[in-house]
Amino acid sequence: MTADLRDLYQEVVVDHSRRPRNFGPLPDASHQAEGFNPLCGDRLNLYLKVVDGFIEDARFEGSGCAISMASASLMTEAMKGRRTTDAEALFSDFHAMLTGNPKTNPALGKLEVFAGVSEFPSRIKCATLAWHTLQAALHAEVQPVTTESIA
Amino acid sequence: MLSDVTAMNGVARQVPALDVMRRRQDFPILRREVNRHDLVYLDNAATSQKPWSVIEAERHYYADYNANIHRGIHRLSQEATDAYEAARDKVREFINAPRREEIVFTRGSTEAINLVASSYGQHLQAGDEILITEMEHHSNIVPWQLYCQPSGAVLRVVPINDAGELVVEQFKSLLGPRTRLVALTHMSNALGSINPVKALVDLAHRAGAVVLVDGAQAVAHLPVDVTDLDCDFYVFSGHKLYGPTGIGVLFAKFSLLEAMPPYQGGGDMIKSVSFAGSTWNELPYKFEAGTPNIAGGIGLGAAIDYVRSVGMDVIAAHEAELLAYATARAEAFPGLSLIGTACDKGAILSFTLAGIHPHDVGTILDTQGVAVRTGHHCAMPVMDRYGVPATVRASFALYNTRQEVDALFRGLAKAREIFE
Ligand SMILES: Cc1ncc(COP(=O)(O)O)c(C=O)c1O
Repeated sequence: MTADLRDLYQEVVVDHSRRPRNFGPLPDASHQAEGFNPLCGDRLNLYLKVVDGFIEDARFEGSGCAISMASASLMTEAMKGRRTTDAEALFSDFHAMLTGNPKTNPALGKLEVFAGVSEFPSRIKCATLAWHTLQAALHAEVQPVTTESIA
Repeated sequence: MLSDVTAMNGVARQVPALDVMRRRQDFPILRREVNRHDLVYLDNAATSQKPWSVIEAERHYYADYNANIHRGIHRLSQEATDAYEAARDKVREFINAPRREEIVFTRGSTEAINLVASSYGQHLQAGDEILITEMEHHSNIVPWQLYCQPSGAVLRVVPINDAGELVVEQFKSLLGPRTRLVALTHMSNALGSINPVKALVDLAHRAGAVVLVDGAQAVAHLPVDVTDLDCDFYVFSGHKLYGPTGIGVLFAKFSLLEAMPPYQGGGDMIKSVSFAGSTWNELPYKFEAGTPNIAGGIGLGAAIDYVRSVGMDVIAAHEAELLAYATARAEAFPGLSLIGTACDKGAILSFTLAGIHPHDVGTILDTQGVAVRTGHHCAMPVMDRYGVPATVRASFALYNTRQEVDALFRGLAKAREIFE
């Protein structure tokens, strides 16, 4: 396997894509949004339970490529217990890493497994779909978000 | 070396084998490396690569006789006009259209279909029916919705079977007294299926409907004769036929074009203009408003010269052999499901791999230098029909080799290894 490929498809990513965590509905969700990447047909529904400004629970449903599924899975793990206001900052750090500046960021914890995506620009949208959906859910946007309008 | 081919009319005959290694020299891009591998370009259904002669034809126009056409009396304008109009004659001959006035240059298949939907579509009334098929590209669905549904025309859809073949019985039963127009693809870009166009045109004509054939895929893979097919409209794009982007063709029967209102207004399409009203230019110029893609037209002419020099039947036989080889390898590949297994099929291999999303397959193949298309191929209804969000599509051209098919399958094995 070439080095680049192993960077992209790290074991954690493959594992989360095949056995996504926090997968399924969340009946007492307070926030919800749908994300769609028309280019590859990735689609996900994200559910959040927000109490007093904290994300108590986060779950998702949907289907898509390994990168988008693993990203949603790891994002929901990372979100639990966080302040909603922290979510934005985390996304901005995550996005910066995906575009390669800086290439790594220990503050992202487990999410650093997506550092390899920066070598595959066409896959950045896959890694950010869940995050754009998270933003939409937190802002309670009614329209489904698509990666075409938000890049 | 000769290979047996069975022509469309069922008569087997022999055609010379294509000297693929020699032909590869005609395509400069094939020398390229991608990700430290030799480029293996298997995305020909999206757009094909261009031979030197096409690149040179465009360069020659811009370098040596660039001028606007149909208007100047100066020398360069005359030369440019001659070259552009010569390209029209080449198109006419290539698809065996009766008259040069029946060849309208457009931006591509998409624009050609939009032209017909918007112009011919003006005849349609509430309750009139347009028959399309389940395997159409979005460009042969959306224009009908856009232009014809507002007037109350109804879109009806002929289903396909599990193999991806049009269900002819359904086609017959959906053809009714209100069917005005049938729009169907000659060859499906998502499945590779080739439709029995000639027989379908005959059925449609008996029912009193005109027929538009989307030849975007077909022209690059099989000999096309619009007189024999007897279709009323035939459209294709230059860029899938080894020609430039931004140029395409609408063939339409003379009497239909004559009766149709113009598509766009502007220069070149008029005979006279006054503020009280204008009169239209003769055919085909009535449908060619504004300065066209002159270099593109000339390049398309060069592309047609190129494929004719190779021979469409030679290309078809070479690709049929590649497809058979690739299909056999696909059937032996664990977890691979072919999407589209029509009896009559062009050089397209569309498939999914169990447990691996097509997008990931595409990325892994790209790291090996293998270019394929992954996604819905602008045919979302086809994806819905098979219950998949996307497929991987390898599509072949005259310059592809068995070794390249092997590279594809090495890449797929790598994908399986990663997701084991
Ligand atoms: C069957 C079919 N029809 C129409 C089109 C549209 O062609 P273009 O984008 O060149 O207008 C395509 C191209 O993808 C196609 O494959």
